[in-house]
Amino acid sequence: MARSTTSYLVPLGLFLALAALLFYGLSLDPRKVPSPLVGKPAPPFTLESLKEPGTQISSDILKGQVSLVNVWASWCPSCRQEHGELVRIARDSDVQLIGFNWKDERPAALEMLSRFGDPYTLSVFDPDNQAGIDWGVYGAPETFVIDAEGIIRHKRIGPIDGKVWAEEILPVIQQFSPKGEPVNAANQH
Amino acid sequence: MPQTNTDPLFSMSSNHLIGKTLRSAARAGVLAGALVCGGGAAAYTLQEFTFDSPAQERTFRDLTSKLRCLVCQNESLAGSQADLAQDLRKEVYGMLREGKSQDEIITFLVDRYGDFVLYQPQIKPSTYLLWFGPFVLIGVGGWLLLRALKAKKAEPEPETDAAERARLHQLLAAAEPHDQAK
Repeated sequence: MARSTTSYLVPLGLFLALAALLFYGLSLDPRKVPSPLVGKPAPPFTLESLKEPGTQISSDILKGQVSLVNVWASWCPSCRQEHGELVRIARDSDVQLIGFNWKDERPAALEMLSRFGDPYTLSVFDPDNQAGIDWGVYGAPETFVIDAEGIIRHKRIGPIDGKVWAEEILPVIQQFSPKGEPVNAANQH
Repeated sequence: MPQTNTDPLFSMSSNHLIGKTLRSAARAGVLAGALVCGGGAAAYTLQEFTFDSPAQERTFRDLTSKLRCLVCQNESLAGSQADLAQDLRKEVYGMLREGKSQDEIITFLVDRYGDFVLYQPQIKPSTYLLWFGPFVLIGVGGWLLLRALKAKKAEPEPETDAAERARLHQLLAAAEPHDQAK
């Protein structure tokens, strides 16, 4: 009888829908907390330069071009892990890469840059988590994609590798790059 | 047996074997916790914060226990030994001393870290599913159950044809003498 078939299928369908939803929930990583700052202007900061003590760098450097702001520290193993990829991005692409040295010590940070290469156009130094709190940083590494107007367009939590760069970060950079200024794709190893 | 017990974890325990075992297990547990959550050599306490009034201290303790540490996600800001939790405690403390209200402080943190910092998320369109979803599910389930029960009750008696009716009468007639004999 058609009616009784439906009356069995409806609850079964509801159950399957709920099961699918909960199953999807299992695949999410609770450590990756979405940032409420995506789509909003990057919080302004004035921080000391990592390499030139005494020189202040302000968030105005983020205006006028697409930038990556990479939060890192020398004590952070995942930062060491992604460092090679950052060096490659700096070499092969035109994107401005800003180093945001977070809760670190200057000599250790400088030593890491001199030993493994310095991919950053500029490095700011935030040992006391002054600007880090405004940026909602809760671990390292984190990488923000900022468009030419200074709006945060994406936040990557965790290290960047070739796949993350090609599939997650480069498309955002290309989407928000001003027309006529193609970003060097740089996704070939 | 007299003893000097310098272990802060078990300052009350005796020197029995069980005490020893418990102590090393607890020490291992604390050590593991410290490793996982990045605790430094010195533990953070709330003692370093001094307050203008007991009410302000209550507000501070209340507020930091309602906020989640993003590094050790099952710990509140009040209890976490993570370095970031200490930074945020200082931030909350500073704002309290400036005379900011609880709501202002919560808004400050939610603007930066998202709803996830709150153990009890605010009621707004993006959290409606979270807050009301379970009740909707119970409602829909209850409605389906009631509907199924009603449908069962309302189901008409099965129709019988002439041959079945004749057989029924025959069976009833055969059963009657026994009933009367009772």
